[in-house]
Amino acid sequence: MRRGLGLAWEWLVERVIQIAGLLAIVFVVAIFAFLLRDALPVLRERSMAELLAGEVWSPTADPARLGMLPLLLGSLYVTVGALVIAMPLGIACATYIAEVASPRAREVLKPLVEMLAAIPSVVFGFLGLMLVGPWLAELLRLPIGMFAALGSLMLAFMAMPTIVSVSEDALRAVPRALRENSLALGATRWQTIARVVLPAGRSGVIAAVLLGLGRTIGETMTVLMVTGNAAVIPEGLAGFWRPVRTMTATIASEMGETAYRTPHYHALFFIGLVLFVITFIINTIAEWAIRKTGRLSS
Amino acid sequence: MGNPQDGEAQLVIARSPARARREERLAFAALTAASAIVVLPVLSIMVVMCWRGARGLSWSFLTSPAEGLLAAVVGTVFLVLLTAAFAAPLGIAGAVYLSEYARSGPLVRFIRLAIINLAGVPSVVYGLFGLGLFVMLLGFGRSLLAGACTMALLVLPLVISASEEALRQVPRGLREASFALGATRWQTVRNVVLPNSLPGIMTGIILSVGRAAGETAPILFTAAFFSLTNPIPRSVFDPILALPYQLYVMATEAPGVPESHKWATALVLSALVLGLNLAAISARARLRRARRW
Repeated sequence: MRRGLGLAWEWLVERVIQIAGLLAIVFVVAIFAFLLRDALPVLRERSMAELLAGEVWSPTADPARLGMLPLLLGSLYVTVGALVIAMPLGIACATYIAEVASPRAREVLKPLVEMLAAIPSVVFGFLGLMLVGPWLAELLRLPIGMFAALGSLMLAFMAMPTIVSVSEDALRAVPRALRENSLALGATRWQTIARVVLPAGRSGVIAAVLLGLGRTIGETMTVLMVTGNAAVIPEGLAGFWRPVRTMTATIASEMGETAYRTPHYHALFFIGLVLFVITFIINTIAEWAIRKTGRLSS
Repeated sequence: MGNPQDGEAQLVIARSPARARREERLAFAALTAASAIVVLPVLSIMVVMCWRGARGLSWSFLTSPAEGLLAAVVGTVFLVLLTAAFAAPLGIAGAVYLSEYARSGPLVRFIRLAIINLAGVPSVVYGLFGLGLFVMLLGFGRSLLAGACTMALLVLPLVISASEEALRQVPRGLREASFALGATRWQTVRNVVLPNSLPGIMTGIILSVGRAAGETAPILFTAAFFSLTNPIPRSVFDPILALPYQLYVMATEAPGVPESHKWATALVLSALVLGLNLAAISARARLRRARRW
């Protein structure tokens, strides 16, 4: 009798564990479904073209103008700027940690980079707003200390830890024999790194950059606080020195004030849906690239 | 490796070893400099923050029930505890499935893809989801409960990955010994695998608590409100003050907040989050050294 109960209990526990294993899939699907549910009603009022290519975002106008183009371009500016800074520095730092640094330097650097990754984004925003922004504005003679490039700069430092740690893992996964063969041929360590290790770890490094990119596009509080939040279309390189507004910042600053189930409410969910789809694509490619690296090392 | 670059590399080496040495010194110097740029600027502005924050910090600002940070600290502690209470059992169970039960195949690949995507969903999108599901549909309202549910989803992938890593570190021999004694799979998991991986799992949970303490966007529309007086939540259906949201409003919207209070708030939040992370990182390092297998 007791044994039967034990078996029944075990059966139950194992089903629960199985369900828990599937939860990640359930939640991703649920998030997508909810975004669809609250985003799609906006398409009854506005066409897809009006939403995605409309040049004016002015939800308080009557009727509300819900063109997302300024926000899409705002996100693009801030993200591209961040990547231009974070990619070379992040990969170089990962290479240093994985290939060049002495064990002691590595033991200091690795936890430091991990700590940088842990700094809350609202603290980065605060420091950008109070310290870095005013300082840069004075240095560059800009009218105000909130602009797109400041967002890029702050985001770059937030994306670097991701790029560094994922790239470093990828470089470490490169089989030792490849390095030794290259050194045995008389190549210097740098030649080995540049022509053997980095090319061999390429897909992992690409995955690292993609994960950093995903984090950058989705970052909210920092850009909300430092980019000035002006929903204007940035133009040319000069756009980097003017205020912009990203998709994430728009949701964060407007969702609290909009009425439930108005076109504006649905439009904000539509922006959320666009963000979800963009990051989903980026992360899926990154996952694929990581799996490719895993195969290489085994 | 039949690409033309390899041939070229050999030529360069053969032609001028001195130049290759010079190049190497230059390249290594550049890599070192890049590493310094990654960590030093952020470290130095954090030092400035500590300096200014410490000057604004006083015992009464932290503990006075009338005004100050007390309610925000309490709110954040409630939020992260409830978040951990939701995320830990789900995350550990999910990790047990992946490490002990699942066989590699398309299903596991889908689960891993879902986990990496869950980890990559922008935090503000979690806020939207929490608003739609917990605040509106389930009727929790803007509350501690809705915020903790939202935050639990956000840290779930972190808990799963950390727990799975901890479970996988338990050597196969221990499991096989348990099976050989006639234990079932669940008995093995409960009596052998879980106890041996518990420290690693706890480390992962501390890390995710640190993450939850610092996140703002997920609680913007689900849990947080701002006040300069100190309302303490009475039930899980009350909205809360939270340190990150408090800092955000102080820095951007609230009029007349003294500079010193802003810096002190930033310092308290950073100290809390970084302290939790430091604890997890050093615990993990100790664990690695102390491992018997």
